[in-house]
Amino acid sequence: MLLPSQIEEVIIANLDCDFIEVKGDDGTHFEAIIVSPLFKNQSMIKQHQIVYEALGDMMKQEIHALSIKTITPEQWQKFTKSTNL
Amino acid sequence: MTENLKIKQLIDDNQVLLFMKGNPKFPQCGFSSLACQVLDACGTKYETFDVLQDSDVREGIKIFSNWPTIPQLYIKGEFVGGSDIIKEMYESGELVKLISPA
Repeated sequence: MLLPSQIEEVIIANLDCDFIEVKGDDGTHFEAIIVSPLFKNQSMIKQHQIVYEALGDMMKQEIHALSIKTITPEQWQKFTKSTNL
Repeated sequence: MTENLKIKQLIDDNQVLLFMKGNPKFPQCGFSSLACQVLDACGTKYETFDVLQDSDVREGIKIFSNWPTIPQLYIKGEFVGGSDIIKEMYESGELVKLISPA
């Protein structure tokens, strides 16, 4: 069964991220939160395409469903400050 | 190539077009269902194309948009995104603006 940690590993290997969290325990449906400087000044479409590129064939074959939330380091800083994390 | 032409034609012919699995009454996937719910909430008229009825379009649209998943939303000929983006844009008010500019 595909584990969230396996997806995390593939993304980390192919994409420069400041933070990543992938959740999902049924082996087919996953949710990812990714913070990367590469998302800066990119449209949301482009940000998601960057993630899909990092996943390569995994996206076509193994992952049935992946919900993605992309965040720039600047947005992340604001977010963590506002929630006091 | 012919698939590309067919996809292009579909996109050109429909102001708001959702490529989805199933149809709005009977969506065949949670993400497609979510996309329909969001478009319904926008109060817009939209057309859908069921990719489960046409495997050439199902694979072709992924290459056409450089996007590996379904649903995919096109508004006025432009690719808007998949269900995550559609939902986020709805929540921020951008989607309604895009569909019906004031």
